[in-house]
Amino acid sequence: MNTATDVADHHEHEHGAPSGIMRWLTSTNHKDIGTLYLWFSLFMFFFAGALAMLIRAELFQPGLQLFQPGVFNQLTTMHGLIMIFGAIMPSLVGFANWQIPLMIGASDMAFPRLNNWSFWLLPAAGVLLIATFFVPGGALAGGWTMYPPLFMQGGIAYDMSILAVHILGISSIMGAINIITTILNMRAPGMTMMKMPLFVWTWLITAFLLVAVMPVLACAITMLLTDRNFGTHFFDAAAGGDAVMFQHIFWFFGHPEVYIMILPAFGIVSTIIPAFARKPLFGYVSMVYAVASIAFLSFIVWAHHMFTTGMPVGGQLFFMYTTMLIAIPTGVKVFNWVATLWRGSITFETPMLFAIAFVFLFAIGGFSGMVLALVPVDIQLQDTYYVVAHFHYVLFSGSAMAIMGGVYYWLPKWTGHMYDERLGKVHFWLTAVAFNITFFPMHFLGLAGMPRRIPDYALQFAEFNMISSLGGFLLGASQLLFLYIVIKCARGGLPAGNRPWDGADTLEWTQTSPPPYHSFVTPPLVK
Amino acid sequence: MQAHTDHDVYYVPPPSIWPLVGSVALLTLAGGFSMLLGKMAAGPYVMALGAGILLVMLFGWFGAVIRESLDGKYSSQVDVSFRWGMVWFIFSELLFFAGFFGALFYARNIALPMLADSQLLWPGFSATWPSAGPGANAVPTPVDAWGIPALNTLILLSSGATVTWAHWGLQKDRQFQLKLGLALTVALGIVFIALQIHEYAEAAFTIRDGIYGATFYMLTGFHGFHVMLGTLMLAVILLRALAGHFTPGRHFAFEAVAWYWHFVDVIWLLLFIFVYWL
Amino acid sequence: MRLPNRPDQRVGPSLRAILAVSALLAGLLPAQVHAEFGLNLHAPATGLAQNIYDLHTLILWICCAIFVVVFVPMFFALIRHRKSKGHPAAKFHDNLAVEVVWTIIPVLILLGMAWPATSLVLSMKDTGKEDLTIKVTGHQWKWEYEYLGDDIRFMSNSSTPKEQIDGAQPKGENYLLEVDRPLVVPAGKKIRLVMTASDVIHAWWIPAFGVKQDAVPGFIRDTWFRADTPGTYRGQCAELCGVGHGFMPVVVEVVPEARFTAWKEEQKALLAAATANAGKTYELAELKALGEKVYTANCAACHQANGAGIPGAFPALSGSAIVSGDRAGHIDIVLAGKPGTTMAAFGKQLSDLDLAAVITYERNSWDNKVGDVVQPSDIAARRK
Repeated sequence: MNTATDVADHHEHEHGAPSGIMRWLTSTNHKDIGTLYLWFSLFMFFFAGALAMLIRAELFQPGLQLFQPGVFNQLTTMHGLIMIFGAIMPSLVGFANWQIPLMIGASDMAFPRLNNWSFWLLPAAGVLLIATFFVPGGALAGGWTMYPPLFMQGGIAYDMSILAVHILGISSIMGAINIITTILNMRAPGMTMMKMPLFVWTWLITAFLLVAVMPVLACAITMLLTDRNFGTHFFDAAAGGDAVMFQHIFWFFGHPEVYIMILPAFGIVSTIIPAFARKPLFGYVSMVYAVASIAFLSFIVWAHHMFTTGMPVGGQLFFMYTTMLIAIPTGVKVFNWVATLWRGSITFETPMLFAIAFVFLFAIGGFSGMVLALVPVDIQLQDTYYVVAHFHYVLFSGSAMAIMGGVYYWLPKWTGHMYDERLGKVHFWLTAVAFNITFFPMHFLGLAGMPRRIPDYALQFAEFNMISSLGGFLLGASQLLFLYIVIKCARGGLPAGNRPWDGADTLEWTQTSPPPYHSFVTPPLVK
Repeated sequence: MQAHTDHDVYYVPPPSIWPLVGSVALLTLAGGFSMLLGKMAAGPYVMALGAGILLVMLFGWFGAVIRESLDGKYSSQVDVSFRWGMVWFIFSELLFFAGFFGALFYARNIALPMLADSQLLWPGFSATWPSAGPGANAVPTPVDAWGIPALNTLILLSSGATVTWAHWGLQKDRQFQLKLGLALTVALGIVFIALQIHEYAEAAFTIRDGIYGATFYMLTGFHGFHVMLGTLMLAVILLRALAGHFTPGRHFAFEAVAWYWHFVDVIWLLLFIFVYWL
Repeated sequence: MRLPNRPDQRVGPSLRAILAVSALLAGLLPAQVHAEFGLNLHAPATGLAQNIYDLHTLILWICCAIFVVVFVPMFFALIRHRKSKGHPAAKFHDNLAVEVVWTIIPVLILLGMAWPATSLVLSMKDTGKEDLTIKVTGHQWKWEYEYLGDDIRFMSNSSTPKEQIDGAQPKGENYLLEVDRPLVVPAGKKIRLVMTASDVIHAWWIPAFGVKQDAVPGFIRDTWFRADTPGTYRGQCAELCGVGHGFMPVVVEVVPEARFTAWKEEQKALLAAATANAGKTYELAELKALGEKVYTANCAACHQANGAGIPGAFPALSGSAIVSGDRAGHIDIVLAGKPGTTMAAFGKQLSDLDLAAVITYERNSWDNKVGDVVQPSDIAARRK
């Protein structure tokens, strides 16, 4: 790639980084806003992680030790809700903010002010959500999926949570519109769609999914709000409504949501693997088509979350087949990653370790997804710990570990310093090992018949729960090391230089580390 | 370094307080609404405060955008960004309505027949539309599609025509046609809302009347809310037209609002067919 | 199958940790051993469960095979194609033939999986030609069973004592998986379950039967099973249904047909005896004793055993204005419940005697010293 570097000469762009708190509160700079997103998501990751520690503490042995069942249900619900909407999604948007303009040679996001609003809505929603722990009746306890009629029984926290999710939705939709517009309209001359880095492609498709499904979630929770407060009967059978209707609408949002959390992770991994294999990504075009197919299929598989609700046999078969089809594009992606590694010149820096672990562990999550796709087997495993194991394999060793890998990969670019490689590797191995100790036994628990979302369990589940809890505490503690490494790197370290990874070839590496406050004011020319 | 003649420098605005003010506004609004739902007396006041802050933010933010536009800071690339932004915003709105239409179809074609199949629980219940469910004493009497709703269809379709006529005027720089067209559109919007309010007042059923009442009022209510927003936006555009802000070559704000108005129009046609008529 | 249950929970934590680690190591042993350590699905007790078991085994092995095929090359590359070993990077980045092949092969594998799964779905959905139909209703947090055609209807509550849950007593063998009155069905007969719920969504699940069905309020859903071997089969509610979700076991006793017929007669006799006692007047102590049991089974999950409730979530009964006030108001709220809250309409769930007992108990326990006695006839009078 040959680029023409920019010169910040236009008077409109002379405003540099304002100093003090106002730099962050009023920012219109994609890098600063990206940083805000990343710190916010890290905070929420630790908050929701702390809830997970409490869950594992209660489940350490049978019997009720620490929490009453009502409190336990709040912990599981809020852990899920905050991890999804507060940790995983914002961190991926943080990556989008930092990387997309840099990777396509744009001066900033298309709508810089809107970008700032998208971010600052998150703390507003976060305040509302965390406040629910302190209102009468406690926080949301009906599961992050908010199924009625159970949802109708909650207190004021339930209404507050709906409003918080509405605000999060507004933030996501505006963020997604911004990202789509940036990618469609701000690419440097010569960067055709099929020359974009795969990370940018995955985010384009993710942003489309967000714009399409967040309004549907808004619709579903609005019905919950009016059913609770304004006398509608969408989910009340006696009045002609149906509680299962909520599940249909919710999962029409919910399944694309799953891919919203994994597609950008695919993009990060597809960036890291070629860099450290020193070889171009294998099958770029098929990767793009695979991501697009996964996105398309995500709209027609939603009811596989509902096989036990008792839908007609035709529905069960349709959703089983469409779900199985997802294995094909997903398989293509895994094959492509392996083919990228094949005959490379591989080194194992921390980002690469996370990326390889992602491929391996995400595949396990994919296989358990395959098992769950089959209606008869799903009927045994629905709402058991097998499902909990499955979605932590795709969300933790999938999304979260890809995010961590991405952080290590781009930290030198963001901060200008190298992170501590030795500590990074220690963090990786602790995380990978502790993750498997925590979640692999959950497959067995689910098969043996332990339902999810229970505060206490029968005695035959005791051993695996204890192992799982021990692994969970180690996993939680290991993330403190991550925090330490990130802070240490932000504060100083060996200078990174423009391009610390010799296999990296995207546009951001042509900039200094950290990049100038306004990069690519004049777009580079991509050949 | 090569010169990029067709790429003016993309305007990146300086730091702005308005997004933060907007977040504070929404947090205050949501907090106040929560207090209202929690039967706390301060709720409505906190909500009003939030709405006030939101209003200040809207004036401030849009004011800044208008100033920048008039100062000629927006290149043609920025204009394209605005267009994409508006397109995807309308797309998201479409999906919001799609959710409620989905609920309507599901209730009529899946939920009610399944309730009728559950004779063990609801002996004698049969799936009809309209319906307030097996637990209700009576079937709601629907609004006659060929009364006010048909008239409203005519009104909204005409308003779509007047706004297009205004656009033609703008393109040919006939400012009077622009202003008259916009004024007529705003007037038709107001008449539509008035008729809709009248229809609600006359309706023989309420939002509490089972699934029929719920889907009817949610769909038409959210649509009516969008008509109100659209009318307000048109009114702002009319004021800006009176101030001479638009030229044949540069009038994205006008087009954005016109697109939005057409979107509201299309939703109404779907409402007329699926909520009132069929 | 499951680990041997240990009624004695006084095993030290270090020993339990050792057990835990050895169970993890057991995961590395061959499949036959797995079955003994709770690593696989329950031993099937119905044909459907057997088919599910076999399908799962098939899919698991297919997945393992694919896993090996994909990751052996990956680890080969990770070991051999390293920079530190001086491996130079190749430049290739496309190969249409390979990409087509690895798209087609998964399609064929999927077709192979879909075939047995489809036929199994069809047989699971075939609820016709049943020998016996039982209506199952989920309540927060108990199951109600009604034998359609026979006049038999009863509630099935968890019977694990609170002391075991709180650790004051050693946990029993069937901790959290035991009920006061199990569902009784004849062996070798096709049982059709028609499922619904009164309040929120529950899910009725017996792993050994391969049956899990959501109970949706206001709708009837059906499922079926045929268990040939007499015995006791245990499961749990599988859909989050509130604070008692973890304490809502499902227990089915499969008995020989002759025993089933005899059991039905017993139930009818019990019912007749209850009807005969309808007009009877009870003493305070008598009602309080019965009422405490009813309270523990139906009310304590929310209002707590000490009547203090959970502030903000569930109101206290001790010192409550309703409970120590006018008895009609107290009876009405128990009968009709409170819409929009967890408080169910117990009038549909409990007998007049049980209601009278529990109301009497509430009015004369903790800080409540009303002193009056509510008789079953008082309840009958206030039923609409």
